[in-house]
Amino acid sequence: MQIYVCVKHVPDSAANIHILDGIRIDEKVAFLLNPYDEHAVTEAAALKKKVQDSEIIAVCLGKPDAQKTIRSAMAMGADRGILVETDEACDSMTTARALHAAIVQDGSADIIFTGKESIDSEGMQTQFRIGALFSFPVVTNAASLDISSETAVVTCELSGGRTRSFELALPCVVGAGRGLNTPGYPTFPDVVKARKKPIKTVSMDSLSITPAAGFAKTVSLTPLVQKRHPKKITGTPADQAKEIIRILRQEAKVLA
Amino acid sequence: MKKTGILIEMEKKRVKDTTLGMITLAARADTDLYALVLDGVDDPACEILAQYGITTVVDLGLSSAPEIRLNPAARADAVTQAAQKLQLDVIFGLSSADGKDIIPRVAALLDVPLVMDCLDVDLEKNIARTSQYSGKVLADIQLTGDVVIFGIRPNAVQPVPSPAQAKKIKMASDSAALPGSALLSWDDGDGAQAGLAEADIIIAGGRGLKNSDNFSLIFDCAKKMHAAVGASRVAVDEGWVPYAFQVGQTGEKVSPQVYIACGISGSIQHFAGMKTARMIIAVNKDENAAIMANCDYHVQGDLFEILPELIRQL
Ligand SMILES: Cc1cc2nc3c(=O)[nH]c(=O)nc-3n(C[C@H](O)[C@H](O)[C@H](O)COP(=O)(O)OP(=O)(O)OC[C@H]3O[C@@H](n4cnc5c(N)ncnc54)[C@H](O)[C@@H]3O)c2cc1C
Repeated sequence: MQIYVCVKHVPDSAANIHILDGIRIDEKVAFLLNPYDEHAVTEAAALKKKVQDSEIIAVCLGKPDAQKTIRSAMAMGADRGILVETDEACDSMTTARALHAAIVQDGSADIIFTGKESIDSEGMQTQFRIGALFSFPVVTNAASLDISSETAVVTCELSGGRTRSFELALPCVVGAGRGLNTPGYPTFPDVVKARKKPIKTVSMDSLSITPAAGFAKTVSLTPLVQKRHPKKITGTPADQAKEIIRILRQEAKVLA
Repeated sequence: MKKTGILIEMEKKRVKDTTLGMITLAARADTDLYALVLDGVDDPACEILAQYGITTVVDLGLSSAPEIRLNPAARADAVTQAAQKLQLDVIFGLSSADGKDIIPRVAALLDVPLVMDCLDVDLEKNIARTSQYSGKVLADIQLTGDVVIFGIRPNAVQPVPSPAQAKKIKMASDSAALPGSALLSWDDGDGAQAGLAEADIIIAGGRGLKNSDNFSLIFDCAKKMHAAVGASRVAVDEGWVPYAFQVGQTGEKVSPQVYIACGISGSIQHFAGMKTARMIIAVNKDENAAIMANCDYHVQGDLFEILPELIRQL
């Protein structure tokens, strides 16, 4: 099987984000493999163990520094990598087009994994756009996956504890959720081996993508500062409970 | 005049309040408002939609067979066909559990731009405001295209009536074969958590609860105030409550009127899921916990003393 995994290089969720010129973030922070993509790579590695002669290719659109994220994916099991290099901040329509073109140029996908969303732009849509460009069926927030020769049976989590199970024809696109597996930390030998695996770099231009008719453009970024002014509720536990109820009734007006 | 289609979410045949809020947001601009209804719509529901500004109720009459009706690909296909037939300029849907699996499909099928989880939308300029980077940044994103789509965070806007006259039309979609995607089975759980993203009050528990038995304090309190129950990732990872309860960057993103956090320290990742709550009340024994500096009211004390009192007094 040719297993493609789309991975994104994102700022660590714990990093302090500073905004420059009101339009972009200061990138001098730690970047890592998008957490949901870790689930995607982990699932790809599990699949490769089950299906003989499989190859896992990590595909990433990003700046040269995004090589590090491809190396992380390799330490977790990817065999090789493709970096579509760009310095632009691409919207999801362009991103999907670039990933699609890079995969088509490279080979023939039997399955494509992505994360269900990226934790930086939180767009929640690239997997669907990749699916539409290939005309492959798509599921998102996958929590279990079972592959047979021509189909994939996938259970997806809707929030609220609801699930849906689908049978998808292969090839398909699977957006990995947190319930899918538990990513393990790569061992030191895995990290060393990953350094020797090949990464192919392709420029965005060489893919000659036809741009979409529409686009999304970020016009400003502002820090989401908390304007809250904490007030203390004091007294005995009984007093405190009484005051909470008063606030819920009279200020928030959510209790009758 | 521009045409805006609004994907209507219902519960037990009633239009959800979060959907009405979304209509209120769309009604700020001078556009024709089309309600796109997938699961059937009776007269009382039509009247409610009209009260909030809908001028055309479009009954998409999706098959009642659950394999179709519950398949997000089928739902998205019906919405996509309607958008094309009606020549909609703008599409709104909730960034809810169901919406997250439908709206991006519509955007992908139409190949048009989309912003999910919008807190606000300026329809004159097609600029959406959303949070990014785990809730640390507010981004204004401008969409350009023949059609633009916005997924609206539930509760981002409070519903305000804006009466209009609504006509109802039927528009059956060609139930095109769904290439390669068949719904095999579905499980709606016990439905207990379905309302988390849309609740007015959420009471959430974290590591401070110490074990799953103690979590009943949160459930009892929630029952008394008709609140939904949330949890931090620690409470979920410890197995005290299922993943469906998790609030945060890798859980549910919520905007209730009031969020009561009990025994939760207020990590960046937890805040990513609840920082847009209108009011945050923290119950924590540690006066230096991050959440104490980032809330509206804080109760410094032992939750094992305060929650039983709350339950008793409610
Ligand atoms: C990629 C990533 C994604 C993540 N996603 C999420 C997410 O979606 N949601 C999430 O919640 N976390 C998430 N986390 C985890 C997050 O970093 C924190 O570890 C977690 O939120 C802490 O949970 P907590 O507040 O319950 O526990 P703690 O931080 O341990 O806080 C427990 C609090 O309880 C208080 N307490 C203890 N006993 C009592 C008592 N008797 N009475 C009153 N107060 C008491 C303590 O003072 C303390 O403040 C994520 C982490 C990473 C790296």
